[in-house]
Amino acid sequence: MAILDIAKRLAGREVSAVELAQDSLGKINALRDLNAFLHVDPDLTLAEARRADARREAGGGEGKPLLGVPIAHKDIFVTRDWRSTAGSKMLANYVSPFDATVVTRLSEAGMVCVGKLNCDEFAMGSSNENSAFGPVKNPWDTSCIPGGSSGGSAAAIAAGIVPATTGTDTGGSLRQPAAMCGITAIKPTYGRVSRYGMIAFASSLDQGGPMARSAEDCALLLDAMVGFDPLDSTSLDTQEAKVPVWRAFSDQIASKRPPDKDFDGLRVGVPKEFFAAGLAPDVAARVHEAIATFEKHGATIVAISLPRTALSIPTYYVIAPAEASSNLSRFDGMRFGHRAADYKDLGDMIAKSRAEGFGREVQRRILTGAYVLSHGYYDAYYLQAQRVRRLIADDFQDAFKSCDLIMGPVAPTTAWKIGEKSSDPVAMYLEDIFTLGVSLAGLPGMSVPCGFDASNLPVGLQIIGNYFQEPAMLAAAHRYQQLTDWHLRIPGAAT
Amino acid sequence: MSFDAETLNRLSRLAALDISPDQLRSLGGEMDSILALITQLQATDTAGLTPLAHPLSVLGEITLRLRADVAAAGIDRAANMENAPETENGLFLVPKVLE
Repeated sequence: MAILDIAKRLAGREVSAVELAQDSLGKINALRDLNAFLHVDPDLTLAEARRADARREAGGGEGKPLLGVPIAHKDIFVTRDWRSTAGSKMLANYVSPFDATVVTRLSEAGMVCVGKLNCDEFAMGSSNENSAFGPVKNPWDTSCIPGGSSGGSAAAIAAGIVPATTGTDTGGSLRQPAAMCGITAIKPTYGRVSRYGMIAFASSLDQGGPMARSAEDCALLLDAMVGFDPLDSTSLDTQEAKVPVWRAFSDQIASKRPPDKDFDGLRVGVPKEFFAAGLAPDVAARVHEAIATFEKHGATIVAISLPRTALSIPTYYVIAPAEASSNLSRFDGMRFGHRAADYKDLGDMIAKSRAEGFGREVQRRILTGAYVLSHGYYDAYYLQAQRVRRLIADDFQDAFKSCDLIMGPVAPTTAWKIGEKSSDPVAMYLEDIFTLGVSLAGLPGMSVPCGFDASNLPVGLQIIGNYFQEPAMLAAAHRYQQLTDWHLRIPGAAT
Repeated sequence: MSFDAETLNRLSRLAALDISPDQLRSLGGEMDSILALITQLQATDTAGLTPLAHPLSVLGEITLRLRADVAAAGIDRAANMENAPETENGLFLVPKVLE
């Protein structure tokens, strides 16, 4: 059910926040084989739900469409009441002394937290198989991965457990699992959503965002998440960043009335590099069909080029590990996190605690980061990657001279089998080819369901906008979702 | 190009990771393929380009904000220490450093 419909039922007292929370908790329990949740505490959830109902009874429901609506948070966001593990043994029992800004804002909007969601360890992965607490299963086919790193967040929406979740995206971690689970997600412009209390992976890339069934739901959620935060030094307080997302989205929707076609005046750029060899034929076909829908309803299709698409992979896999090796140096077994049982001295304690606490992918990335930042290699790898990053960002700006939105696939394939690619890290990295450039450029990107492959696995359409164009992207996606019903399809596992 | 045992040992020291020689050997094979991937960057001519550290600096100069230099209430000390593996008298306990 759409969040606005849930809000109407709550406002009309047809349902209470407590009943909605109980419904979500029941589904979490019934679908626990998906392994989407890492921490559930019905007492905490029901107390929050009772507070939401009391707030409504006290007249606090006016202009608060999210009051009483259930949500679950990716375990990258720290929470005072719930354990925050980042999917890592390192933080297995960690309870934060503060809430992430995103958690605070959604809680102030009245949302009721039903638990914390499984993810790849420290958000490093494309399949959710790197979680120390086991892989999440894809509700469309439980032998398949849900995508990653926000795999639990995407699976929980697809399975109908909650109408809203949070996720984070460093190189595609909101968009790719959304595509593989057939749901909608948006990664905002870098700096729009506060990173305070988001356990850091790569600080110049990390962005939080919402996941839900539809673009309209995402617009409501993003509206509550964005905004300047003095606690995040990269949080934006420019005029463009101050435009309210929901109002701008609503204005865009209201701006077109019949006989206007839905996409009159919209120029859609289609990068030829996104349809090169390696793209699964079913994915290519569904994405072409989706773009044809935009064209049929008034959009102009423009052929564009993003010539450094392939280079975004090595660029990302230098910059992200470099920042990760620096960010993860805080885990030393002293102030928080895992401490080894046996050690000789202080240095040994730190090195053993880190070796025991971090999983294999995290260790690989820390070692890669240490290498590209080390004396003699810093210029050749790290600075070179930052220079290529500028070229990649400039390519997008060139492309936006001839189009308003860019569209293409989110990922080259649909979900693969659990275990199929986990032995070859580079094969996994290559899967990120269409999402990394957007992250490196700090641009907003969306995933919108656009059909299924021959195995009935979902395909995602990626919509990329220029900086601060989230309302236009969400409006285009919303109109597409008025013309199609892919976002309403529900997997067998959820019924 | 590949990582020899000496380089891998140096990296694990730099990264403060106590990895066994066997594990380091198996990680080494994976690291070699990562190295082959990232070495592709060398072929791009980037002469004269300024490295991009903050993505939005493509739009204009970005200066990271500093907060005013005034005392502010932080998170409660006891709450901050609750996750520590070992504490004593409000201090984090670590193995002896000086004999």
